[in-house]
Amino acid sequence: MITVASAASAAYIVAALLFILALDGLSRHETSKVGNTFGIAGMALALAATIALAIDHHIEGYGLALLVIAMVIGAAIGLWRARVVAMTGMPELIALLHSFVGLAAVLVGWNGYLLVEHDPHGAEAANLNAVSTLGIHHAEVFIGVFVGGVTLTGSIIAFLKLSARIKSTPLVLPGKNLLNLGALVLFVALTVWFCADPQLWLLVVVTLLALALGLHLVASIGGGDMPVVVSMLNSYSGWAAAASGFLLGNDLLIVTGALVGSSGAYLSYIMCTAMNRSFLSVIAGGFGIEAPTSAGADLGTHRETSVAEVAELLSSASAVAIAPGYGMAVAQAQYAVADLTKALRDKGKQVRFAIHPVAGRLPGHMNVLLAEAKVPYDIVLEMDEINDDFADTDVVLVIGANDTVNPAAAEDPGSPIVGMPVLRVWEAGDVVVLKRSMASGYAGVPNPLFYRDNSAMLFGDAKEQVTAVIAGLQ
Amino acid sequence: MRVGVVKESQVGETRVAATPGTVGQLRSLGYEVVVEPGAGERAGFADEAYAEAGTALGDPLEAEVVLGVNALAPAQLDRLQPGATIIGILGPRTNPDLVMDLARRPITALALDAAPRISRAQSLDVLSSMANIAGYRAVVEAAHVFGRFFTGQVTAAGKVPPATVLVCGAGVAGLAAIGTAGSLGAVVRATDPRPEVADQVKSLGGEYLSIEDPEVEVSATGYAKEMGQDYQAREAQLYAQQAADVDIIITTALIPGRPAPRLITADMVASMRPGSVIVDMAAASGGNVEGSMPGEVVRTPGGVTIIGYTDLAGRLPAQASQLYGTNLVNLLKLLTPGKDGQLVLDEDDVVQRSILVCREGESRWPPPPVQVSAAPAQTAAAPAVERQVKAPLTAGRRLTMVLVAAAVVFVLLAISPAALTVHLTVFALAIVIGYYVIRSVHHALHTPLMSVTNAISGIIVVGALLQIGQHNTAITILSAVAILVASINVFGGFAVTRRMLGMFSRS
Repeated sequence: MITVASAASAAYIVAALLFILALDGLSRHETSKVGNTFGIAGMALALAATIALAIDHHIEGYGLALLVIAMVIGAAIGLWRARVVAMTGMPELIALLHSFVGLAAVLVGWNGYLLVEHDPHGAEAANLNAVSTLGIHHAEVFIGVFVGGVTLTGSIIAFLKLSARIKSTPLVLPGKNLLNLGALVLFVALTVWFCADPQLWLLVVVTLLALALGLHLVASIGGGDMPVVVSMLNSYSGWAAAASGFLLGNDLLIVTGALVGSSGAYLSYIMCTAMNRSFLSVIAGGFGIEAPTSAGADLGTHRETSVAEVAELLSSASAVAIAPGYGMAVAQAQYAVADLTKALRDKGKQVRFAIHPVAGRLPGHMNVLLAEAKVPYDIVLEMDEINDDFADTDVVLVIGANDTVNPAAAEDPGSPIVGMPVLRVWEAGDVVVLKRSMASGYAGVPNPLFYRDNSAMLFGDAKEQVTAVIAGLQ
Repeated sequence: MRVGVVKESQVGETRVAATPGTVGQLRSLGYEVVVEPGAGERAGFADEAYAEAGTALGDPLEAEVVLGVNALAPAQLDRLQPGATIIGILGPRTNPDLVMDLARRPITALALDAAPRISRAQSLDVLSSMANIAGYRAVVEAAHVFGRFFTGQVTAAGKVPPATVLVCGAGVAGLAAIGTAGSLGAVVRATDPRPEVADQVKSLGGEYLSIEDPEVEVSATGYAKEMGQDYQAREAQLYAQQAADVDIIITTALIPGRPAPRLITADMVASMRPGSVIVDMAAASGGNVEGSMPGEVVRTPGGVTIIGYTDLAGRLPAQASQLYGTNLVNLLKLLTPGKDGQLVLDEDDVVQRSILVCREGESRWPPPPVQVSAAPAQTAAAPAVERQVKAPLTAGRRLTMVLVAAAVVFVLLAISPAALTVHLTVFALAIVIGYYVIRSVHHALHTPLMSVTNAISGIIVVGALLQIGQHNTAITILSAVAILVASINVFGGFAVTRRMLGMFSRS
């Protein structure tokens, strides 16, 4: 006999499977659109089942009305933002969306408290007590609120930093590692206390603690580590959803949260490997603070080149590689770069893109920008795919990238970024670096690439300079 | 100021100190340029080409700055203006008479070949730019004499094995020779006493032959002194083996201020196959090869050709002039900080001080030694290396860690109530599935992946949907807010993913 409840459970399992298919589909370009459709289908199914379940639970009329209104408004805002967001603004948007999940998790946790703990003699509490999970429920509320709170403020700070509304330099408080550690210890202690005696003020304290921790955690991480931070927050938002799932005894939330959580964690891991740093050291922040640099060493003089020379260099090259970085996103130069690519390819030259895993402020950021400008994805290569080919490349254009092409990482044992895998652009015949000035990159490490014999600097706005080079090619 | 470009007086010199291309750059530094008629003739640059580039044809010795490739002849020096500056490859280290002669005159002389080997001075390092050309030309000369292909081919008329080339010394000239021979298709091997050049050799497609046999080094621990004596014996043994095996040998070994080391003995030459070719790039300073003659081509009775040309760079006059001219332009950029055509010498600058032979009749030779900046920095940095080395995870430690983690999970599950165990099972399996599904995601799709997982994590809306409207106003209000923000996530996340994926297109 199919009841609403059993149908909903079945729908949840199907939805969970659809989500797994969605993530699987996302692994390749060919299947990615289908994957996204699977995700939409799974979500639609889960929402329909849940609303049916809510109605079955005798939801109040005004509650249902509120539900519909809230969802319609939310959908309208979401669809509007998704339509108008610039691809260079993706990191901000994603960070902001993470904060919403965090906020929802906090609210769901508080609701759980109001429903059960606040009403210790109510029906819900009695039900839980019957299967001796009331203590577990206390812990679930607490953990859910904590993870949600950290995600909320962490994501907001990340959003503010990425959208340059606040400075992206790392905040350095004295003993910041102790602060983070102390907050965690305090959280564990409060959890134990709350399980023994679920007082409202404890929940208030943990909410504030989580908000403060999230704020401090991300505030002390600088702009260049943002790919790690964003994927870490992605992971947190998953764990927040999973915690809510435990709270509500809802397997769909648990499965989905765990999927998102582990995917975000794996992405963070990839990003950390790409910077040759441990996850903990990124989370703890403070890159380059105690690093001994060989700054002040005689790096020599850089050679400045001109648009005409670059155009001539490119006309005589047969294999060209382009290594873009965050600077390309800042200058909005992706369309100009795409035009340059097309112009060169029309002349029968091989053009390829070399993407460092942490280029930009979001995992895969450069790929999205280049895709937006209609650069075919099969010429956009990953670091490992192209690194051995630089020696056979005639000209490399480095556009707004710095630390990801720094030879010091491979050659200078005293450099703070030593061991970080980098694009070995210097092995190419000629390297042209498009840059606004000789300033150091995010890591604050001088870049010996600029002083190499086969390197030349083209200063100025990347977009204007690339456009000028295209004109010079004609 | 005026810059004069002389026609080289030395017999056999084909190069010229400025090309029509580089005079343009000199003019942009604010100089007027005077070129001696016929100066570029042997390098293939006609007087008209200079004139078109905006220079006057006339007597360069009347100019304030005189550029040459070699030192000017005494007759030319006599005609210089007082206070003039001459720049060229003067060879002050090996030519003390010239230094004395120059210091007697009221002129300033700059020897471009004395530039220090620091990275800042690389753009005017004429020795490197000429060595590069010479290395290329050495291969071309060898190929010219060698009676076979360099590259291996399988043709209808039979199979042709590739030529094998041994390059002794992987400096600038050696590396150029390795690259050139490799691009002609030959199998290239290279030797050098500095093991750190192995990577550079490999990067140009050559095979690095180490004289320091690592096996021997390990077994000889404690016999360091003996090893030093062994070294030359092993080097000789290596060359003897290689000589019998390879088709072409190019030697580039030079020791500054000393005669070139003898690498290839007459016996080794005799052991080479008839038709083999040796290019001794060090012939001018005594030769690396027994029997080579400076400037001459020698054919041994065993049919081996030994080329001892000393003007290899000059055999590509246009190329050599262009690079040399650019070296000079870079020097003048350094000497003309105002780009106003006024030459300013700054003796506090190590580069300028190093090349200064004499200044207005006062000898400045020899310059103080230049500290090459790379060396001290590296010793200071050495301790940092250890800090970075991470101990690799051994299988035993890995196993221990997994077992500990398993034990912790076991204890947690064992003490948790039965109702929770089901959820924990689902949770654990979902994490594993998530990990495996994500692991294969293409790097380019990381951003869409994040936005889709973001949309999916909006599933938390389900929690709020179940809480809303259950007879508690506070809960309903909080739930409504949660539904609102989570809905933004769900709809916004999927929509933006869709938009992004639509952009990816194949060529």
